[in-house]
Amino acid sequence: MTAPLSQPSATQATSSDALMTVTGLTKHFPVTRGIIFRHRVGLVRSVDDVSFEVTRGETLGVVGESGCGKTTTARMLTRLIEPTAGQILFDGRDITHLRAGAMRPLRREIQMIFQDPYSSLNPRHTVGSIVGAPWRLQKVKTDKGIKRSVQELLELVGLNPEHYNRYPHEFSGGQRQRIGIARTLALRPKLIVADEPVSALDVSIQAQVINLLDDLQSELGLTYVIIAHDLSVVRHVANRVAVMYLGNLVELASRNDLYERPRHPYTVALLSAVPLPKPAERSAEGQRQRRERVRLTGDVPSPLNPPPACRFHTRCWKAQEVCRTVPPPLEELAPGHHVACHFPENTTPAA
Amino acid sequence: MDLRRGIRRSGDGKAAGGREVPEVTDTSAPTTSAMLDVRDLHIHFPTDDGLVKAVDGISFTLDRGKTLGIVGESGSGKSVTSLGIMGLHHGTKANITGTIWLDGEELVAASANRVRELRGSKMAMIFQDPLSSLHPYYTVGAQISEAYLIHNKVSKKAAKDHAIDMLRRVGIPNPQTRVDDYPHQFSGGMRQRAMIAMSLSCNPELLIADEPTTALDVTVQAQILDLMADLQQEFGSAVIVITHDLGVVAELADDILVMYAGRMAEYGSSEDIFDRPAHPYAWGLLGSMPRLDRARIERLIPIPGTPPSLIRVPSGCPFHPRCAYAAQTNGRSVNEVPQLRAVGPGHEVACHLSTEEQRRIWGEQAARMQLSPPARHFSQEDA
Repeated sequence: MTAPLSQPSATQATSSDALMTVTGLTKHFPVTRGIIFRHRVGLVRSVDDVSFEVTRGETLGVVGESGCGKTTTARMLTRLIEPTAGQILFDGRDITHLRAGAMRPLRREIQMIFQDPYSSLNPRHTVGSIVGAPWRLQKVKTDKGIKRSVQELLELVGLNPEHYNRYPHEFSGGQRQRIGIARTLALRPKLIVADEPVSALDVSIQAQVINLLDDLQSELGLTYVIIAHDLSVVRHVANRVAVMYLGNLVELASRNDLYERPRHPYTVALLSAVPLPKPAERSAEGQRQRRERVRLTGDVPSPLNPPPACRFHTRCWKAQEVCRTVPPPLEELAPGHHVACHFPENTTPAA
Repeated sequence: MDLRRGIRRSGDGKAAGGREVPEVTDTSAPTTSAMLDVRDLHIHFPTDDGLVKAVDGISFTLDRGKTLGIVGESGSGKSVTSLGIMGLHHGTKANITGTIWLDGEELVAASANRVRELRGSKMAMIFQDPLSSLHPYYTVGAQISEAYLIHNKVSKKAAKDHAIDMLRRVGIPNPQTRVDDYPHQFSGGMRQRAMIAMSLSCNPELLIADEPTTALDVTVQAQILDLMADLQQEFGSAVIVITHDLGVVAELADDILVMYAGRMAEYGSSEDIFDRPAHPYAWGLLGSMPRLDRARIERLIPIPGTPPSLIRVPSGCPFHPRCAYAAQTNGRSVNEVPQLRAVGPGHEVACHLSTEEQRRIWGEQAARMQLSPPARHFSQEDA
C-alpha cells in the first residue's frame, strides 16, 4: 500500500519495481460505411500515444470525462482489445500482441472489475458458478475443492458463504459488485484493472466497496489501476493519478501533487468543477454566494476530429498560437510530476 | 419574516396562522403563503408481493425563489415524491393520501384534467436522462414549443420564436438554427439545456429537477448547476432538486430533506444538515463520502448493511438495523416509530437519541472526519 510516490520517468525503460510499463499506447477505431463495399470514412482517435508505468503495490487512478479514452486504455491493458500501436510490458514481458493462447496463462495475473454490477454477472448462473468460473476455465485445482474455495472468497469480500447457490438478482447492487470482486480475486491476480468500480453504487455502499478494495490490497499485495470519473473517489483510493483528455495523457503525478498543485489547465478546471459538499457562504442579505470556479465553456470536441496540437486548446483560457501548432510533450516538471502543457499552472516553487 | 429561512415546515409560521406543528389530519387550506405545501403525503403501491410504502408521511413547504434539496439513496422515495407532486402517478395503482397545496390549490383530490392544466404551465419537471426524455422523432424546437402551444393561445410562428428565445436563455449557441435540430445532434450537456428550456417555457412557478446532472460530466455539470441557479434568480421559481449527490445539493439548496425508506429522517437548512446533522443516517452519508474540501482521511466510514425493502420496512425506526446507536435507546428504536421533533429553529429530526447525545456523537464524528464541530444553535441552547 505504501508504494514510493516519486516515480521514475514514465517513458524510461522498465525498472525492477514496475509491474506494467506502457509506451506510446494508441488505439484508433476506423469508422466505415457501406455494406458490400466497406470503406473507411474516418478514424476515432480514442487513445493517442499514452505512456505510463504501474508500480508494484500501488494504485494508479485514471480520471477524465466521457470520451477521453480511459475505458479504452483499461481494455487495452487487459488485452480485451488490440492496441493500434505502442507497447505494453507486463512483469518485463511484452504482451502487446500476444495471441489468445499465449495470453491465457497471463489472464490469471491481470483481472478486471467492471462498472455495472447488473450486466457483468450472468443472471442464469449461481454465485458459486460465477465466482468459481475462473478456476474451471483455467483448469486450476484448488486445495479444498471449488465449492469451499468459493465460499472462502465470498467471506473475504464480506458476503455470506451460504449464499453460494443464489442467483445475482437476489443481491443488491453493492453485493453484486462484491461478487464481481470475488470473481476477479479467484486466480490471485497481480494486477486488477477496475473500470468505474463504484460509480453505479449508492454513497453508503460506495464507501463499503472502497474500503474493501483497500483491505484486499494490503492483505493480498494487489496492484490496482482504477478508472473513475469521480475526482474525490480517485483522491481517496489512488497513490498516483493520471488525467486524460480526448485520448491524451495530460498530467500524471502523485496524489498530493496533483490535487494540491495541479499543473495542467484542464486538471485545474476539472478540480474546480467538482461541487463541494458544503453549503455556499451567505451574504448579509441571506443570498447564497457562489464559489468562484474556473468555467470551461462548450463540450469536449469529438475524438473523430480532434483539435490539432494540444487538444485542449479549444477550451483553454491560456491557449496561444503555439498550442494550435505544436503538440506539447509530456514533460517532468517536478520530480514525478509529468505535464503536457506549454503554459502550465502552479509553476512557482511551493510557497 | 426571517429571510434566510425561506422554506418552513408547515406550522413554522404559527404566529400568522396559530396552527400547531404537525397537524396530520388538517385538510384546510394552508395559512402560509408558501408556493408548495405538502402535508403527510403517503404514496403506496399494492403489488403481488405486498404493499410498497414508497412514500410514508412526508411534509414540507417551499417558498417562491427558494430551493429544497431532497437527498437519499436509491429506493428512498425521492423520485416517487416528485412524480406524486406532478400528478404523474395517475393511471397507476398508486394509493395517494395526504395533501399537496400548490399555490393554494389542492392537487391530490383534484381532477386529472385540472392537474394536466397545471402541469407544464404552473409546475414543470426536468428529468435525469436527457437522451431518453427527449423524443428522437421531433426537433428540439417542436418539443420546447409543444407545452407553450397547449397552454397559450398563440400561433405556431410565435411558439417557435419563443422556443428560440428559450434556447438562447439557456445558453445554446446559434439558437435560430439549432431550434430545427433533432436531439441526437445535441451533445449531452446541450440536451440537458434543451430539457431545461422545455421545462421553463411556460414560466412555471414550481420546478422539480430529478437528478438533473447525474448523467453529465463534471465540467458540464458545473455549467448546468450555474445555469439553474441563474435561471432561478431570473424566473423566481420555487425549485425542488432531487439528488443523491451531496455536493449538488450543497451547491443549490437552501433547505434539505433527508429521506430514508420513504420517511423523513431529517429536515433543516443546508447549514443544519452539513454543519450540525442530528440523524445517524445523515452522519453516515457524510462519513462515507470522500471529500475534496477536506484533508484526505485514511479510511471512509461506511454505513453497514443495505437499504431496506419498502415492502418489509423494519419496525420502529427504519434505520435501526444499520444504526450504530440503536442500542442506546432502550429498545425504542426497534419498537417505536420516531416522530419528527425540533432540535433547533426549523431543524427537525426523527430519531430517538436525545439532543445531547446527538450533539456529543456528532462532535466525535466530526473530529474523526477532521471537521471542526460547529455547534451554533446547540450552544445557544446551552446558554
